[in-house]
Amino acid sequence: MSETLVITSGKGGVGKTTTSASLASGLAQRGHKTAVIDFDVGLRNLDLIMGCERRVVYDFVNVIQNEATLKQALIRDKRHDNLSVLAASQTRDKDALTQEGVGRVLDELKQDGFDYIVCDSPAGIEKGAHLAMYFSDRAVVVVNPEVSSVRDSDRILGLLSSKTRRAEQGEGPGPQHLLLTRYNPARVEAGEMMSVGDVEEILGIPVLGVIPESEQVLAASNSGVPVIHDAGSIAGQAYGDAVARLVGEDVPMRFLEAPKKGFFKRMFGT
Amino acid sequence: MSLLDFLRPRPKNTANIARERLRIIVAQERATRGGPDYLPLLRNELLEVIRKYVHVGADAVQINVERSNEGEVLELSVALPEVPGASGTG
Ligand SMILES: Nc1ncnc2c1ncn2[C@@H]1O[C@H](COP(=O)(O)OP(=O)(O)OP(=O)(O)O)[C@@H](O)[C@H]1O
Ligand SMILES: [Mg+2]
Repeated sequence: MSETLVITSGKGGVGKTTTSASLASGLAQRGHKTAVIDFDVGLRNLDLIMGCERRVVYDFVNVIQNEATLKQALIRDKRHDNLSVLAASQTRDKDALTQEGVGRVLDELKQDGFDYIVCDSPAGIEKGAHLAMYFSDRAVVVVNPEVSSVRDSDRILGLLSSKTRRAEQGEGPGPQHLLLTRYNPARVEAGEMMSVGDVEEILGIPVLGVIPESEQVLAASNSGVPVIHDAGSIAGQAYGDAVARLVGEDVPMRFLEAPKKGFFKRMFGT
Repeated sequence: MSLLDFLRPRPKNTANIARERLRIIVAQERATRGGPDYLPLLRNELLEVIRKYVHVGADAVQINVERSNEGEVLELSVALPEVPGASGTG
């Protein structure tokens, strides 16, 4: 059985690529044959986050336009040999992705025995975002606890229910999950940031995971190692938990509370 | 909470404000989703007209498109403010 996941959000910069890299790595780590595809035509970035930017020869559009085979374009991950990356094209031609072409590539990946195909969507609701979600079986909606991100997520949920192949064929939308990122429990406790519960209630879909705001995420992208590999970081551990839930394990939520401050900080800290 | 926090003016709980605003806008956008593009505008214009006569909040007009065998039905509901003294509790 092969499953196609879309990592989407509507709003830009909320953590889709960070999430795609970590979820795909986590699935591979658990032994699933996984491919992760960058749909952000013109703004290739997944390769950097995965740390394989210097090995990109052919990209997604080359495969769609039959300038390269899928085998030539797939980049094998350094850490897991059951994980492959398909880079986005740097072309400025936004029409380079076609529905037929994307469908063909996904079918070929399934025939090649990939268990999970993770589609990293671009921001917005234009063609790239549409094609990233169109063939998906399941959706992970990445959201920050912030008004514009939550509203955009709801737009995306609407599109997932009406503009995917599943929806068009009357199968109804596949499972949808919320993934809250850049969560800051201290600010939630101070009433400065909406809580997981608030966001879950407004959007009405279950939460797959909560990734705390963490300095380790920048360190990970600086070094081209998905943060899930940083077992010492809370963001990495939270992504690990999210992967476990994705494959059906029942794992309690962690990192929802602010670390307790020491005595001195309590008295004089900010 | 630190000692210094007591000296500062307490900031408002803006998370609650965000949650309430989102509740309203998300409900509105869901109700008009998939319907004709003019629904949000229609809703706002209706609100303007109603406000000429009664003082109502921004979310007083709810609009909804229901699909049935006989076609589409535009459902409209207007929440009027409570009239003082009309209800037992005042
Ligand atoms: N949990 C986190 N803690 C701290 N920083 C984070 C976290 N998640 C993401 N970031 C930072 O947020 C920025 C945007 O992340 P990312 O590129 O993954 O977002 P995106 O949704 O893919 O953006 P785009 O819409 O442009 O594709 C990056 O600088 C990343 O390091
Ligand atoms: Mg991205």
